[in-house]
Amino acid sequence: MKVLYFAWLKEKTGLSSEDVDLPNGVTDVSGFVAWLQGRGDGYADAFGDASIVRVAVNQEHVEMSHPLSNGDEVAFFPPVTGG
Amino acid sequence: MIRVQEDDFDPGLELERLSAGNHGIGGVCSFIGLVRDIADDEQVSAMTLEHYPGMTQKQLEAIEKEAHARWPLDATLIIHRYGRLEAGARIVFVATASAHRDAAFEACHFLMDWLKTKAPFWKKETTEAGDQWVEAKDSDEQATRRWNKT
Repeated sequence: MKVLYFAWLKEKTGLSSEDVDLPNGVTDVSGFVAWLQGRGDGYADAFGDASIVRVAVNQEHVEMSHPLSNGDEVAFFPPVTGG
Repeated sequence: MIRVQEDDFDPGLELERLSAGNHGIGGVCSFIGLVRDIADDEQVSAMTLEHYPGMTQKQLEAIEKEAHARWPLDATLIIHRYGRLEAGARIVFVATASAHRDAAFEACHFLMDWLKTKAPFWKKETTEAGDQWVEAKDSDEQATRRWNKT
């Protein structure tokens, strides 16, 4: 999967994007977030309060319960503030 | 039409172009969003807008399509800038053209409200105390909900 981070999620993880294989046993976004939280300081900080993180899969806004599969583009970001 | 760009734009020129050649248009409504120099009592000298390129285009196209499905519009234009913008700079431009004013007014309002909560842009303010990410407002969510179909 291609994983993208924006705004303060990019700053906290130190990455704008990375390629990640869907971890064994992970089937949806919330499972993936839990897996990311265990990857180290930057991730733990970025996903410390997952309730304020928004997610898009294949460039559509989705809920944390949305299923994931390899080949998906997953993006994590704060609530949007354009306009 | 959707344009996501770093460069500024000329509102007068854009409005002329929007209705040029279509004399069935009876009214054009537009909104321009600007960088304010104050937020939460702090002086803001500039703003930096980040966005998610592929998704921005897709979301703005979907929002525009929704407006055309709801109102009889002859033309619409959304321009959204990104990058560093100084206080006073134009950020966003929405214009709607229709045979009658009601559709143009309502669709313009709808496009701005929807864009605020759906288009993937993030603002970072530059203040004397340093840079900080702007937090989303509940009032923007509420503004979007008023357009929910019942």
